[in-house]
Amino acid sequence: MTNPSFATPDLTEITAIVAPFADGGRGALLPVLHAIHDRWRWCSPQAADVVSRVLGVPLADIHGVLDFYSMFYREAVGERIIRVCGDVPCALAGSDGVMQACSQQLGIAQGETTPDGAYTLERVSCLGLCHAAPAALVNLTPHGHVDATNLSALLANTPEALPAHIYSEARIKLANVGLIEPNDLAAYQQAGGLQPLQQARSMPPEAVVAEIKTAHLIGRGGAAFSTALKWELALRNPAPRYLIVNADESEPGAFKDRVLLENDPLLVLEGTLIACHALGVERAFIYVRGEYALAHARLAQGIAVLREGGHLAGVEIELRRGAGAYICGEETALLESIEGKRGFPRVRPPFPTDVGLWGRPTVINNVETLAAVPSILRDGGAHYAALGTSDSAGTKLFAVSGHVQRPGVYEVAFGVTLKQLIELAGGTTQGHTIRAVLTGGAAGRFVRGDQIDVALDFKALAAVGGTVGAGTLIVLDDTVDLRMVLERIAHFFADESCGKCFPCQLGTQRQLELLHRSGHGATQPNDRTILIELGQAMTDTSLCGLGQTAAMALLSALDHWPNVLHDGGQS
Amino acid sequence: MSDITLTIDEQQLTVPAGTTVLQATRLMNDGPDLPVPTICYHPHLTANALCRICVVAVEGARVLVPACVARCTPGMVVHTDTERIRIGRKLILELLESAVDCGEAPEIQQMSDDYAAQPDRFGPGARRDIPLIDDNPMYIRDYEKCIMCWRCVQVCAEDAQYTFALTIGGRGFDSHIATFDDRPMPLTTCVFCGQCVGVCPTGALKPRREWLLEQGRTPDEIMALSRNERRRRRK
Repeated sequence: MTNPSFATPDLTEITAIVAPFADGGRGALLPVLHAIHDRWRWCSPQAADVVSRVLGVPLADIHGVLDFYSMFYREAVGERIIRVCGDVPCALAGSDGVMQACSQQLGIAQGETTPDGAYTLERVSCLGLCHAAPAALVNLTPHGHVDATNLSALLANTPEALPAHIYSEARIKLANVGLIEPNDLAAYQQAGGLQPLQQARSMPPEAVVAEIKTAHLIGRGGAAFSTALKWELALRNPAPRYLIVNADESEPGAFKDRVLLENDPLLVLEGTLIACHALGVERAFIYVRGEYALAHARLAQGIAVLREGGHLAGVEIELRRGAGAYICGEETALLESIEGKRGFPRVRPPFPTDVGLWGRPTVINNVETLAAVPSILRDGGAHYAALGTSDSAGTKLFAVSGHVQRPGVYEVAFGVTLKQLIELAGGTTQGHTIRAVLTGGAAGRFVRGDQIDVALDFKALAAVGGTVGAGTLIVLDDTVDLRMVLERIAHFFADESCGKCFPCQLGTQRQLELLHRSGHGATQPNDRTILIELGQAMTDTSLCGLGQTAAMALLSALDHWPNVLHDGGQS
Repeated sequence: MSDITLTIDEQQLTVPAGTTVLQATRLMNDGPDLPVPTICYHPHLTANALCRICVVAVEGARVLVPACVARCTPGMVVHTDTERIRIGRKLILELLESAVDCGEAPEIQQMSDDYAAQPDRFGPGARRDIPLIDDNPMYIRDYEKCIMCWRCVQVCAEDAQYTFALTIGGRGFDSHIATFDDRPMPLTTCVFCGQCVGVCPTGALKPRREWLLEQGRTPDEIMALSRNERRRRRK
């Protein structure tokens, strides 16, 4: 074997790579493992041994962490890791064909490495490239609209730009997108940027919180919790407090945070700095999902630009990379991950605003939530609250994918109908009608094609059985067999379950097996009853939001189409 | 710290602050028929609320609450045996028995009877069929019987021994107990204290001599094996 990735990494070089992290302790575990993977793409036992001694982390724990994150490897992998997305939007666009073609051309099955060490082939969870389905990453380079009949660009890893269609009527969070270059500070300031930050810093922190409260800002990560209330809960506790920006967007069909971070990192950073002022935070973290390399780079550059300009005012913003685990978007799992552990959700209470990162009060906010903050300071909370509906204030970014002409990110005020939004996206496949829209991603619910006149806001959407979630909309036309969709969703949860609590660890596997049967026309007479009971049990007894929502799409489908396990939603 | 008064199954009781709901139910009834079943819970270890069999219904809570970690709060109203709870517990037991060999876990078998669990109803599916590991003279590891209660990992780490020989590998259904680089126990930091064997609830960890006896080995054969091991060590 001549490939360098198969050679035993040199001990001196390992030591040199690990040494700079010596003071970081356990919290530096993921960063140091990333540094090792950046160099060798895997972590050898020798490398783990050095890490263990330098950081003072037990060897067994390093094994556990390496095994948990899908982008970490305990065995040598190929020079190019081909990561083919297998989730719903990509499946609709033919990702199975791409996988087959890759497998054939490389002569290896999923999960294998070619004998020459050139390629490793993987089926992965949603990459947040749904507007360019079917999509894949080669190492960390995104590839979109992959053509199963011509894989040359993919296998050669020729980079290409994959701009998403972006539409913004309200121009609050996407105001600068397309008008100024990302991280062009002068242009950003020209457009009014950083004034809200200066304004906030001239105000007492309570006044900033009050403005957010007036705006009725609701968290945009999916849980729909009041941002001001979360801030107030943390402020009841003594400093030091931490702020974490949750940029671990991994819901199948979700890509709005990625588009925002890549196109206007300064806006998110400004929102972060305003929140730091309001919360008296001196150290903030941004946890970016491991697959989002460009977003990470843009944020790093943005932080550097702001530091140079003297705008950080003593606040330290630390970037952290996820490593392939949907569960780390769950806020307590995210805390564990930053602390250098497996991403196991914590038992709540205590809540992070009381006991968070390293036991300190911690606020965890979604990217889009913070992107709304500068405009609220600039125009006033009342102005923001007046946008949208009485129930749902402001604007929302929707990631629209699946069977629409222009998949992309759409910023609209709450209250626009689902139908209007789909029309903005160019409508569905020509000559076809809409069977369903999956709202809120895998942990979401279906809206039927005859219900799309519904207004997009929290209450109205819930009334027809849908959910706003993080703003993910996957449009499914009348050619789609919903059993395929349900099986993919079940596959996603079985892959991404952390394995901590019994009902989710075991139940997601059984749910997948039963839906696999149904997807292959082999539904057994009792399957419907079993799936409903199983879904109810997972919802009621699981430890965290992942297990509690793993059956949500299925239960919603059974509500809308009682016969879905037999006919895929045709009746 | 003042006392807290709450209601459990229509019965009012007063407990010291900091008491968990599980402890409170056992204060009410410490007879053989405990009102709230437990699997992963161990009174001397950190409760992690993994198995979820101890879930109870707390009025006002959105989902069921694990009694092992939930603290009693003033005025709390708890129900330990509702239809919703029974479905949850039954499903957990069915899931467990459909995936893991619970043949040496009488407590779990008893619960399965109590809740009329039918683990076969899922039909054919994946099981935890992990080959038995016999890699040291002290104990065997038969992870086909492992329910992932974490007790062994916990006693090996901060709950008792601070040895850190064990960890959790994989995730989801593939979760399993592992050592660093899947090394045999003698090549790990294990000090053979035996505490993991002591807390294992399902016979997945077992003294090797007991296991050899179960295999039908004669005392002579077993002693011969030990003699060979002693001789090897002297070399």
